[in-house]
Amino acid sequence: MVQDRTLGSRALDAIILVCMLLSALVCLMPLWYTLCVSLSDKAAATAGLVTFWPVRANLSSYKAILADVKFFKAFLTSIERVVLGSSINYIVILLMAYPLSKSAKEFRQRNLFMWLLVFTMLFNGGLIPWYQTMKGLGLINSVWGLVLGNSVPMFSVILVMNFFRGLPKELEEAAIVDGAGPWYILFKLFVPLSVPVIATVTLFSVVYHWNEFFNGLVLIRKADHYPLQTYIQQMVVNLNVGVMTEDQYKRMNELSNQTLNAAKIFIAMIPVLCVYPLLQRYFITGITLGSVKE
Amino acid sequence: MTLRNRAFTKHYLLMLLPGYAWLFLFSIVPMFGLAMAFENYNPGRGIFRSEWIGLDNFKYLFSLSDARTIIFNTIFLSTMKILGNLLVPLVFALMLNELRSPRLKKAVQTVVYLPHFLSWVILAGILLDMFAYRGPVNRFVSAFGGKPVLFFARADIFPALVILSDVWKEFGFNAVIYLAALTGINPSLYEAASIDGAGRLQQLRAVTLPGLKTTVVLLAVLSLGNIFNAGFDQIFNMYNPTVYSTGDIIDTWVYRAGLLNLQFSLATTAGLLKSAVGFVMITLSYYLADRFAGYRIF
Repeated sequence: MVQDRTLGSRALDAIILVCMLLSALVCLMPLWYTLCVSLSDKAAATAGLVTFWPVRANLSSYKAILADVKFFKAFLTSIERVVLGSSINYIVILLMAYPLSKSAKEFRQRNLFMWLLVFTMLFNGGLIPWYQTMKGLGLINSVWGLVLGNSVPMFSVILVMNFFRGLPKELEEAAIVDGAGPWYILFKLFVPLSVPVIATVTLFSVVYHWNEFFNGLVLIRKADHYPLQTYIQQMVVNLNVGVMTEDQYKRMNELSNQTLNAAKIFIAMIPVLCVYPLLQRYFITGITLGSVKE
Repeated sequence: MTLRNRAFTKHYLLMLLPGYAWLFLFSIVPMFGLAMAFENYNPGRGIFRSEWIGLDNFKYLFSLSDARTIIFNTIFLSTMKILGNLLVPLVFALMLNELRSPRLKKAVQTVVYLPHFLSWVILAGILLDMFAYRGPVNRFVSAFGGKPVLFFARADIFPALVILSDVWKEFGFNAVIYLAALTGINPSLYEAASIDGAGRLQQLRAVTLPGLKTTVVLLAVLSLGNIFNAGFDQIFNMYNPTVYSTGDIIDTWVYRAGLLNLQFSLATTAGLLKSAVGFVMITLSYYLADRFAGYRIF
């Protein structure tokens, strides 16, 4: 871009700079505030003295969490769920995306399977029939209910499928001439070429399984089997039970153990904070390439 | 060639087997449960032997005063979110694109993605605290001479909180698609414009905005399909009975009716209506996207 250095242009640059810094600040501030509360003195936090710096900083909330067996159990359940869920998603996404990336000429039943996938993407049975099905399959109180509950990650399948379709046809044909079969082509040829999109959908799987709380709430009946987000939802966020008036709401607010809750919330954020910047360079290309057609 | 195809087809089907088995059990099977919407469902008797009552559930549902409230709230909240999520990321992307330092650009981008990856459980936990009676926002209000407000217990404020916090969570991530479209604009157009003496604002009007038109139209059309999704996770974690009048949506109502009050048939009926309308809206939006922007999702 040709740069001009007029006064108006510089003023514009300054305004833009300020706006951008403000938007970054608005996104960071809530996290910083939570960290400050978690490190503050309990009485000071309850009195509302913490703004954007810890008051009488100490680690007592984090020490309290170290002694909290339920919190650890929930954390481990979440890890187990993320590992199982993301591995299953990874393999199923690849195995579905590859055949579906073929044209109807190469794979005659392709369109039938594609329509079935799209139909289930657009239409669903809704909460109650889904819950009944889960119950019927014996997936209440089981980690497998959490792992499998939300069915195939259809959006990811389509993203990877579109990426595969964008790979040069000649590659596959050359491999076939050399005697390669479909399994070899998928795992030894396509997968190494599709790192950005695979990293993207894996990031989505990990974040999804880490963040999802509702299946845990509905399918897990024992509180000490909750995944972490459900645990936090029940212990920290859920103010609904019996609250009918503004006064009651206010009292609930004041009764809660703010510093401890903030520490729990902060710990639950850490894995996400660690994972997404690493994969950032992939997901921009992954999303844009996967959503471009032909 | 055909011989090869036939030999490969067997393997293709084998590859699809686990995925479609999964899809069948967890997506297709629940659809049969929709029969409950036409029954007076009795868990003891099951789907096959419960009494068939035709459309009575639908009639009863529409006779409830809740029905109008939740349908209105759902459509209002989702429409406002759609508008906010189209415009704010657009303005943000345009400004970010004008930043001169590439390192600052990258840093800002990394930070604004962050809320997208956090769950509504976490974010609601933080927001409930920040907007609490003695929270920092109220201290700010008091500092300017205002009276502290119980934000999350005020039905008149709740929709604004829902809409703004959703836009806040998603604007950075939604900007990705605009930023990609911006890099797709031919740089020689800018050169030509500046040789013709166009300033930066004129370039914005003459080159950048026309270059983004298709993307904006496409995103607008595709978001039509979300008109019945007002965001269950968000509202479920932020609302409470004092704000039901403006904050209760179809999904949260279905949850309470079905899983807390055990009105299986009624909740299924509401779910079916939502699914059916959603199906029509998404199909329509894809059709329009294909027709007017030449976009096909698969």
